[in-house]
Amino acid sequence: MAINESILTWILLVPLAGAVLVALLPDRGKLPAWLALLTSLVSFGLTLHLPAHFVLGQHGFQYEINRPWIENPAIFYHVGVDGLSLWLVVLVGLLAPVGVLASWNAIKDRRKVFYALFLVQQTAMFGVFISLDLMVYYGFWELSLVPMAILIAMYGRKDGPKAAIKFFLFTFIPSAPLLVAILWLYARTGTFDFVELRLLIDSGSMPTGALWWVALAFLFAFAVKVPVFPLHGWLADTFTEAPVAMAMVVAGKLGLYSMLRFHVGLFPVQSRAVAPILVALAVIGILYGACLALVQRDFWRLLAFAAISHLSLITLGIYGLTFTGWDGAIYQILNHGVVDAALFLLLGILETRYATSQIAAYGGLASRVPQTATLFVITSLAMIGLPMLNGFVGEFLILSSTFTGVSHGWAIAATLGVILGAAYMLWLVQRLFYGPESELAMRPAADLRLGELAVLWPLAILMLVMGLAPAIWIPSIENRIGIPALKGSTALPASSLSVSFQGEGQQ
Amino acid sequence: MNSVPDIYRILPEVILTLTGVLVMLVDASLPPGLPRRSLGWVAATGTAVAYLASIWQLSLPVGTGFYATVETSPFTVFFHALICGIVLVALLLSLDSLPEDSHHQGEYYALVVFGAVGMCLLTAAIELLVVFIALEISSIATYVLAGYRKETARGPEAAIKYFLLGSFATAFLLYGVALIFGATGTTQIYDIANLAPSAQNHSLVLAALALMLVGILFKVSAVPFHVWTPDVYEGAPSPVVALMSTAPKAAAFALLLRVVYEMFPTLHSVWAPLLSIVAVLSMTVGNLAALRQQNVKRMLAYSSIAHAGYLLAAFAGMGNAGIAAASFYVAAYAAMNVGIFAVVTVVSGYDENLPMIQDFRGLIYRSPLLGGLLIFFLASLVGIPFTGGFFGKFYSFSAAVGGGAVWLAIIGLLNSGLAAAYYLRLAFAAAQRPSDETGLTRSYEPRAGVAVIAALLFAVAATLILGIVPGDVLHAAQTGAHTLQPPPPTATEVIGIATTQPRVP
Repeated sequence: MAINESILTWILLVPLAGAVLVALLPDRGKLPAWLALLTSLVSFGLTLHLPAHFVLGQHGFQYEINRPWIENPAIFYHVGVDGLSLWLVVLVGLLAPVGVLASWNAIKDRRKVFYALFLVQQTAMFGVFISLDLMVYYGFWELSLVPMAILIAMYGRKDGPKAAIKFFLFTFIPSAPLLVAILWLYARTGTFDFVELRLLIDSGSMPTGALWWVALAFLFAFAVKVPVFPLHGWLADTFTEAPVAMAMVVAGKLGLYSMLRFHVGLFPVQSRAVAPILVALAVIGILYGACLALVQRDFWRLLAFAAISHLSLITLGIYGLTFTGWDGAIYQILNHGVVDAALFLLLGILETRYATSQIAAYGGLASRVPQTATLFVITSLAMIGLPMLNGFVGEFLILSSTFTGVSHGWAIAATLGVILGAAYMLWLVQRLFYGPESELAMRPAADLRLGELAVLWPLAILMLVMGLAPAIWIPSIENRIGIPALKGSTALPASSLSVSFQGEGQQ
Repeated sequence: MNSVPDIYRILPEVILTLTGVLVMLVDASLPPGLPRRSLGWVAATGTAVAYLASIWQLSLPVGTGFYATVETSPFTVFFHALICGIVLVALLLSLDSLPEDSHHQGEYYALVVFGAVGMCLLTAAIELLVVFIALEISSIATYVLAGYRKETARGPEAAIKYFLLGSFATAFLLYGVALIFGATGTTQIYDIANLAPSAQNHSLVLAALALMLVGILFKVSAVPFHVWTPDVYEGAPSPVVALMSTAPKAAAFALLLRVVYEMFPTLHSVWAPLLSIVAVLSMTVGNLAALRQQNVKRMLAYSSIAHAGYLLAAFAGMGNAGIAAASFYVAAYAAMNVGIFAVVTVVSGYDENLPMIQDFRGLIYRSPLLGGLLIFFLASLVGIPFTGGFFGKFYSFSAAVGGGAVWLAIIGLLNSGLAAAYYLRLAFAAAQRPSDETGLTRSYEPRAGVAVIAALLFAVAATLILGIVPGDVLHAAQTGAHTLQPPPPTATEVIGIATTQPRVP
């Protein structure tokens, strides 16, 4: 079918075309916002085509296109999705309209610049997830930095330019070794193609010593982007300064996906060797993030450290190197995307209504803004990992696979971090919405508006569905190109896994 | 023998010379009060014709003319087209930014065109004395242009500084030519290539190489021969800087390619490490110094030093790969650097009353188009994918990796990370909310006419094309690289003094 061949190209081009359109049309009223909404809805619709026509049980990449782009060096426009990237593309598609709606009232000036860059960012994100040529991948990876950095600088809350430079340098400098590593691979093999490189590296014809450095360069770039402890220096400032919509689109996904695809996927031997270190760093990250989240006074910073904790948990799932752990990690990336988006939205709404992000100023809001409180509680519970909500599924898969496949000690330590997670989130809920009514709560402020409800309720329902019926997602997630599972329970059949898991969920 | 008339071999230079003479004569015969702006259009038209003529030269068989002193090949055509393109954009830029009542506009346009003659000839010359003459023609024009703003103190200072240091450096080059003549008995590049390996006094050849490198590296403002750059860029008018930071450098790099790859290919083990060290020094020193600058033009001056470093990294590559990468980088660098100086020209005007980074604050609010272009060109200078700067760095560092200098590529890329810091400072200043106390106030109205818009359009198109579909330009650079390989020795040349004999390619 023709549409299956070109769908990925359309997914890339639609947001870009939208960006150009927004840039060309006049900056009048809400016109850019409407255009961006329209574009992002169209691109979301296009991404839904992918799971709808995804063939379960088919090996390799689907919707693949592989055309020469540049002759020398041999760069191919090679794109495709498998179970790993399929839902991530849909997630990016879903978050685009959510992001536009989150900015609807928050962005009051220079809408044109904002929405044009927001849409460019969409293209870059889609590009990262679907590129199978390392150069094209690298291109989108770098491109994804630019709109983010500019928007942080333009709309930063306190010191935008400083945070933007920090963000840019933190993520740009590690990509220098990444590019050298990619160039080295090319000089050695004459190809940038992910599929070909995988076979070549698997065949063992590459010198192992140099391959070590290459794998490390890849890992370093990804680990900063995630961020893995202790490379997290940029995250808190970025979360505090970035416009809500941008922060929620960017957090975590790119780095984690790249780790699975291009580090574990491309260098199985090397990643097995560094896995113990990363497991340790991940567990430290879980505990460290959770502990720091407990003591934050500003809710954006709290969210940033909570994100470090959650992203570290996913890293743990990836470097546990078990099949179940990878399922859990991919599922948890999706969960984290949805839950974080909802939290960002809600906190953004609170900040615009009450003009502060200091937790201490709040208190007793629940009776004034009951809708906000309800949705905030649902989202927090999903984040904590309450059974029946989506966070539980991913956390359970990751922690159980760590317990059986890695070591009891790390699993117990990580679980402790999850408990701490419950502590800081519930405490946050308590300080914001319950307790004695603060001065702030006396102020007249509207509860959620219709547009906000129209975004948040679907997200909440999605959290519930993802918690109750992971079987919708898990089989296609497992339909990814084979990364040899290296230890623990090897490839469990998809059905048995999700069935046994649903049992747990419904207790 | 040569069936092509010699005059065809230097057709672009002839056209440019005639244009320059015409502009100068008309300028002299016009009454003093009359505006000279239309002379700029004459110069621009002449340059455009020269551009077409150099493309036409592709249809000539590769070969030499005028007793083997000039050559036409895909390599020379590549650089001719590039230089004519840059000069054309710089002329368009000047048309709108020089003040109407400026007294010496006619001379200005004539000098720009004469400079172009020198630069074009420099890339075509294969005889060291012609090289020297071409270099002087282009340099003298640039010295004068650098001091064009006589009303400010910085203008003449820039010109004097550039002139003194520049002549000193050219003297080094000339001394190198003298020594190589002493060693081989010829100044014809192909003959030197054949004779130098068997020269009796090897140290003389090495000394000649070193001296010539000094002269050329000065022209491309590589560290440690870079000290003139920031002062001269700050003092010269912005459109002149757009020109002199790109076109003479393109010509000088063409000469450098000729000297090292064509004249001394056997000394690869000598000059390659030397140029690698200069590359590392240039990028590191350039970037570190740029980090501390508050003045936009000084910052861009140091940035151009750093870019000379990235470009020199390509020389670590083997033969064709290195030449092609360096040629491509020159084109990419020219496109984005002309672009950024065009934006700076429009923003701060001829008088340059907005010289500091903080003065650019709020540009994206006051003029979204200029702000967007500024950020676009800065992104290209950083090396963001889908811009020319990315593929420039990409090819340059791949050449280095291919030549075995992985360390050079790593240092280069870390340096581009470092460089991002100061480019971003300017970009973010432009993206910041404006205030009415500093920078671009509410009354700010940029002056942009048809010519400037055309110039910006050219620069944007070139940067985008080099970033998205670099294939054609790269192909041209590679074809050029092939023709730069030294020819096998022939019987007639071994005799020695071959400068007066026509050479069969």
